[in-house]
This record gives sequence, structure tokens and C-alpha cells, in this order.
Amino acid sequence: METAHSAHPTILEMQSITKEFPGVKALDKVSLTVRAEEIHAICGENGAGKSTLMKVLSGVYPFGTYDGDIVYEGSVVRFRDIKQSEAAGIVIIHQELALIPELSITENIFLGNEPGRRGIINWVDAQRRAIELLARVGLDDDPDTQVKNIGVGKQQLVEIAKALNKNVKLLILDEPTAALNESDSQHLLDLIRGLKGKGISSIMISHKLNEIEQIADQITIIRDGKSIETLDVVADGVDEDRIIRGMVGRTLGNRFPEHTATIGEVFFEVRDWTVQHPLTAERQVVKNSSFTVRRGEVVGFAGLMGAGRTELAMSLFGRSYGKFISGQVFKDGEEIKLRTVAEAIGHGIAYVSEDRKSLGLNLLDTIKRSIVSAKLGKISRGIVVNELEEAQISEQYRTSLRIKTPTVEEGVTKLSGGNQQKVVLAKWMFTDPDLLILDEPTRGIDVGAKAEVYQIIRDLAARGTGIIMISSELPELLGVSDRIYTIFEGKITNELPVAQADPETLMRSMTSSSQKVVA
Amino acid sequence: MSAPGIDKRGGFDIRDLKSLFGGGGSLKQFGILGALVAIIIIFQIWTGGKTLQPGNIINIVQQYSYILILAIGMVMVIIAGHIDLSVGSVAAFTGIIVALAMKDWNFPWWAAIILGLIVGGLIGAWQGFWVAYIGVPAFIVTLAGMLIWRGGNQFIGDSATVPVGAGFQVIGKGYLPEFGPNLGVNNLTMLLGIVVVLILIGLEVRGRRTRAVMGAASAPAWTSILRVIVLGGVVLVAAYLFATGRVGTSFPVSGIILALLVVAYSFLTNRTTVGRHIYAVGGNKHAAELSGVNSKRVNFFVMMNMSVLAALAGMIFVARSQASGPFDGTGWELDAIAAVFIGGAAVSGGIGTVAGSIIGGLVMAVLSNGLALKGISSDLVQIIKGLVLLIAVGVDVFNKSQGRPSIIGLMTRNKGGGGGQILAEERTTSQVTPGGGTPDTAVPADLKN
Repeated sequence: METAHSAHPTILEMQSITKEFPGVKALDKVSLTVRAEEIHAICGENGAGKSTLMKVLSGVYPFGTYDGDIVYEGSVVRFRDIKQSEAAGIVIIHQELALIPELSITENIFLGNEPGRRGIINWVDAQRRAIELLARVGLDDDPDTQVKNIGVGKQQLVEIAKALNKNVKLLILDEPTAALNESDSQHLLDLIRGLKGKGISSIMISHKLNEIEQIADQITIIRDGKSIETLDVVADGVDEDRIIRGMVGRTLGNRFPEHTATIGEVFFEVRDWTVQHPLTAERQVVKNSSFTVRRGEVVGFAGLMGAGRTELAMSLFGRSYGKFISGQVFKDGEEIKLRTVAEAIGHGIAYVSEDRKSLGLNLLDTIKRSIVSAKLGKISRGIVVNELEEAQISEQYRTSLRIKTPTVEEGVTKLSGGNQQKVVLAKWMFTDPDLLILDEPTRGIDVGAKAEVYQIIRDLAARGTGIIMISSELPELLGVSDRIYTIFEGKITNELPVAQADPETLMRSMTSSSQKVVA
Repeated sequence: MSAPGIDKRGGFDIRDLKSLFGGGGSLKQFGILGALVAIIIIFQIWTGGKTLQPGNIINIVQQYSYILILAIGMVMVIIAGHIDLSVGSVAAFTGIIVALAMKDWNFPWWAAIILGLIVGGLIGAWQGFWVAYIGVPAFIVTLAGMLIWRGGNQFIGDSATVPVGAGFQVIGKGYLPEFGPNLGVNNLTMLLGIVVVLILIGLEVRGRRTRAVMGAASAPAWTSILRVIVLGGVVLVAAYLFATGRVGTSFPVSGIILALLVVAYSFLTNRTTVGRHIYAVGGNKHAAELSGVNSKRVNFFVMMNMSVLAALAGMIFVARSQASGPFDGTGWELDAIAAVFIGGAAVSGGIGTVAGSIIGGLVMAVLSNGLALKGISSDLVQIIKGLVLLIAVGVDVFNKSQGRPSIIGLMTRNKGGGGGQILAEERTTSQVTPGGGTPDTAVPADLKN
């Protein structure tokens, strides 16, 4: 779908790009056209080929390893590495930021492009330019601050400053707001829009469809390695449902599973849980929190980034976070001690971390070994693992959770984010938990997989498992939970049955501790 | 659904060939095994047949068994993400204590061996304590250990050489005894070879049955038969060579100790919860801890285990050289570490196998032995060994960074339909950097059933 009314010239044209990995076609004749001063979103489920396409564009996959042409600023380009694409003004900012935490903002901005002569860095010049660049991205921190001491939102801005220093003309952002809170995201989106006005085009990959709808001029949808369509946001009147339809090739009637909850009695209770920050003694990250979970109930925990949700969950799960100060945990009416992860697992508690890659999985492992890893004893006699049982059990999970892989012998790195998440879920389902704590269970996975994860959660609840779901996405909490707690600055500020909860009420309780309405 | 190991067209599949050796083992191991075979053939030709003479292979086993024993412990240490530089000194320290225990305190040889293992265990507990519970990097702890136990050896032994008795010498110099009728071969050695072949057949049958029960596709039957023939043939030829050496020699006792350890530790690392935990801690410590693994205990165990094996290696060396000396075990740590890395382990931890490390150690052993047979002086041998280590690991790292197959992969790429799959498999192993890669996108998810 071409839009004729655009006045801007084409800056980039990727023509019929095909990229094959041995045995699989990651990209199949994908085309992408980006105009000057345009924000172009690329949408698609995980594994659709978005990032592969960007890696082709930025020279990560060098010329010769793919078929098709890249026409950039009117001529065919053949990048052999990132250095060459950056020299041409194409800069990619990856989802995992490439900043060195121990170095200062200035040092990071100029890393690899240090101003100076004969290897001697002119720090005065660097400092001056850093301040300029920071002003352009709206960051007023001291450029000498170590990057580890600024938040993720600001780190993202430093990345953009770094790109600006390279005279970027085409900025590629891979999930730029995935780790950001609402206000940081907004600031970033405003910045990207501002850059557009200054002649910098952006290609943005994001799963947050509301953001795309808000900021993008054009949207190209990729599905199964093929470019499906390109939409003009204004001319085509694109909304979220329209994008989703393109991405999954079908209409997702209801993103959240229909269910009638069969909720039992309270079986898990936490009283006056208080946890200290691991390093700073004065900081209490979780303060006097009390809550209950019933059998078969999905309890949502809403809170902004840094509110203490993850800290609460991890400190409960075998004191994996911070320093335990006080609090009691009761299960089935008896007080239990959860001093180590092994004890927690033994008491039927499972915790699915928000950080799949660094806390959830050993990325060197195969699917089947990952699935049984949290309760190896269940399939072992003495210390000897029964590999036959291991294969059978992982095969069962592969089928029941619909993990897309030819075989469970495959390494987990080969899976897409959604399928990796299913492996993590399988790993904890295998421990037969009575209480399953899910921390951002759908972060970074695509809509199709999200719907499947929701279904898995409801199925588990229907079988009587108590579930705590921590999430930053309010629609998800409202769609899946039976009851919702809100947390603000380490305190539980509100508790609402889902029928009485709406985004506005929740947001109010998530941003102030003034009210306490116990339903 | 296409399963690996099956060529749907029924033709020759290179993966089947690969599965001949080590089933699901990495291509890299296969590559190293190929390199070992190549080196043996090259030296066999170059030395005019001396390499595979009975006397020489017996010599190789006796001379390198202690390095290979160290490599077993070292690969576990390296999988867990550590390193142990102290093994040579620990071996020397144990050696002198054992020698003195027999000489001055009249320990019988068997009690001395037990004492030696206990000494190794205590040293290991000491080092493991610092690594696991204090959190000092193993590099530092064992660098300190390298000095402490070397100094300890020379302090206790007064920098002198202490001889050991004949009973003790058996573990380093002994052979399987003569037994039964005189058939011109060492009967026990041949019997051992036959037993090993029978075990191989048994394992093969059991493996196929297990795979069938699992519903997993097995490689075609001919691969199993060929594998048994090839491996069994190698075992029988080796047994024959060992059995037909100079009268009074046969398969060395140190070789039997080594073989038992290889079997036991292969089992431990592959099939037990302990082994799984070692890989888990090395692959991703935080994820392991959040799965209920006690990473401190794992680290303590691998460090302690290493020192016990170092003590054993030290005793075998003392037995073979008939005395404990102040410079025993110098540089052993480097040989053991080299063997492990040639054998496919990753510096960052999480990857490595006992079998691979043994093969890596044998590569170095045959190389050194062959060069010595040719009368190449030890200075040059050192240079060559250093280059081999560098090139072996360098080629592999370079190929992976380029997304290309290793040398063996290149050689086999065009010979079979499944070659592409091998490349795919290797590609992903190269992308395994915890927290670094974006696996979502490496391969599309449309691997539909």
C-alpha cells in the first residue's frame, strides 16, 4: 500500500531480502521502504524475522550472506560490518543496551569514536560535545556520572546521544521501551518524534502496539519471514486491532481467556513482610506487606517499576533478594520457613523470574534438561537422573504447552522468546507448585504467545494452583486476575476484586499511598 | 516432523556418521577425535611404525595417565567456571607426605594411598572453602595454593628426594599380571579387551532400546553396527598391542585406574544430579540458584574433587618414578588445562566433557611422544605444543565467530544431505552468550511440525 502524498524522498529501500540459515529461511523476499523524516515501525510476532532484517541492514550479517539489494540514499550498499553501516549513518540500538556500566556517560558516548589525535583523547573536547549531545536528547545529568548510576531510561537516552555523535541519519531501535516505565517511554517517544523533525528517520521494532499507533508514520508487518503489508497509520486509519490482525494473520477475538474462577479457601498468607535493600541498610524495599492467596485464584500485583514487586516476590522465594528483616509466611494454616530456594521449592512455591535470559534459563542447556532442572530429584533415584523419564516428561510439556521446536533435544537459545517463556513455565510446572509466582510472564513475547500464556495461567488456576501475577500491563492484570493488590514504594496500598478494579483506580493506588480501600 | 539423525531420503547422512561417535556429542568433539586419529597416523608413518608399537603405547599410557586424571578433575572445575593452577603442587605435596609416611612412619602401601587421598581431600576442602564460601576467585586461591603446596613439599621433604617401596610402585609401574595358559599374549589384557567390547555392544543395544521407548528416532541400524565394529575393532587392536609387548609388560595398572575414573566421571557429569548442577552453575549461576541449586556446595565440590584427583595423580607419578622429589608435577596444571580446552571446553564455563578432555589430553600425549621418538629436543616440543594449543582453540573460535563450521565440518559439508543441519547446530552453540544474544531472532520460530 503506497501512499502517494508523502513529500519526502525514499532514504532506504530493502528489496526482496532473503536470508537463509542452514535449514531455515529466516527472511523470504522481504521488502522495506523508509522515507526521509519518517518513523517506520516493524511489527511481527517474535521469530517473525524483524531483528534478522535489522541485522542484515546494519551489516551484522555482512553482504554476501543474504540475497537481495539494499538501496540507501540512492545507491546500492554492501555493508561488510557495523562500522561501515555506521559510517553511512545507519545506527542500531539493541534491546540489550551496549553501554559499559563502569564508564562515565562521556566515555560511553565516545567509545570507539574518541575525539583526539594519534590515540590521545582530547577530553576537554569530548566533554564539551557530550554536554551538547545530552542537551539534544534532553538529559541534564553530569556527563561524568557512571552509567551504572543512571536509570535504564536515561541509559537509553545515552545510547541515542551516542548515535547522534555518529551523525545518524537512520536510527534503528529494537524494543526501545521494553524496560522503561510509562514516563520514560513517553520521553523517549517524544525524543524520537523530535529527531524526525530534524531529518533523522527511525525504524522501530516494538511489541507495544499502543506506542506504535501513537508514533509511527508507516508500519510494515512481517510474519513468518515474509513482509505481509505496509500500512500508513493516518491514511489507513490503523489501530491496535488492525496491527494484531496483520501480525497473527487472524483476528484475536478475545486476548484474554474466558473463565469462571473456582476459588477455594485461603491457603497462603504473608504477614508483615519487611525486606531491606541488600546494600543500603536504611532502605526498606518492602515494608510491612501482608497478603493472602486462595486456591485456584490468580492474584495480580500492580505497581510501577521499582515499587518493590519483584523484590517482594524474590525475597519470599528463598530470600533470593535483599536482607530479610521480619515477617511470617503461612501455608495451609501453618507457619513455614523459606530460607533457601530449595526450601521454597520443597514447600511447593515456584517463581518465574521477569528476566528470562539471565535468571530463568541456562542458555547453554537443551530444552529437556531445562524443563526438569528445578526438581531433578523427582526423576532421579539417588543421584542418578532417569533420562528416559526426562525425555518423556519434556515431550509431554512440549505437546501440552505447544512449544514450537522439532525436538526437545534442541538448545533453548534456538527458541523464540515466547517459546523460551513456555519452557520456563514448564520448568516450574514440573515442580508441582501450590503457589506459582509469575513475574512479568509476558514481557517481550508476542501477542500470540501472550494469549497462550494467559490460557496456561487460567488452566493452572482451574486445577487449584494459587497464582501471583506481577505485571506492568494493566489490561493484562485486569484480564487475567481475580483479585489485584497495588504496591507503591514497597507498601501494599490497595486490594480490589477484579470486578471493582479499573485502570484509573489501580493507577491512583500505584502512585500514592494515601488511600487504603480494602474490599 | 524431521528428527535429527534421520535422513528422510534413506541415503547416507553425515549426521549418522557423526552419531557413530558419541551420539549427541558436539561436532567439536568429533573434530578433536578426528585430529587425534590423524596425529596418530601421521606419527605412525613419520616414525616408521614406532608410534603404535606395544612398548610405546604402554609408555604413553604410563607417562600421561596422571595428566589425563588431572584433566578429568580440571574439566569439571572449568565447566563450573573456575580454574585450578595448584594441581602440580598439590600432587607434589601429597607425594612427599605419602613417601615419608611409608619411609619414616612405616605405613603399608595401601594405607599410604588412603592417607594421600585424605591429604588431597583436605587441601581441596581448604581451597574450596576460599573459593565457594569466601568468594575469592579460584585463579587467586589456586595461585596461592601453587606456592603454598610447592613450598610445603620442599619444606617437609627438605628439598630432597624420598624413595618409595616396590609395593607402592605398582600403581605407577605395574601391569596386569600373567594369568592362565601361555598363549603368547597377556591373557588378562585380552580378556579385558573382550569385556569392553561386550559392554560396548550392550550399551549400544540398550541405547537403541531406550530411544525406541522414548519414541525418539534412532539413527539407522547400520550406524550402530558400524559403530560397534569400529570401536570394538579399535579396542581389540589396542588390547592386542598392549598384550603383546615385552614379556612382563601388559596393560598398565595406571591405565586401568584412568579408565575406571573416565567411566565413573563421565557417568557423574552426564547422568547425575551432581553433574547437572555443575553444568547449571557454570552455565548461569543465578538461574541455577533460583532453581534451588546450592552453587556454593557445587563450587566446593569441584575444587575439592580436583585436589583429590591431583593427589592421586601425584601418587601415581611418585610410584612410577620410584621416589618423591621437590620438583614433581611442575607445569602439570598447564598440560591439564590445555587438554581440557583442546577437548572443547569453554573458558566462560558451562561447556565441556570428560571424554573430550581425555581426547584433548591424548592429542597432546601422542604429539609429545611422537616428537620425542623423532629425537626433537624438548625446547622445540614445548614450542610446538604451545602452538598446537593456540591453533586448535583459535581455529575453533575463529570459525565460530564467522558462523562457519569447524575444519571437520568443512570437510564433511558437501558429502551428505544433513550437512546443513550440522552447521545450524554449530551456529547456535556459537551464539550462546548468556544475556548477550537475541535468540528470538536467530532462527525463525516457524519450525512447524
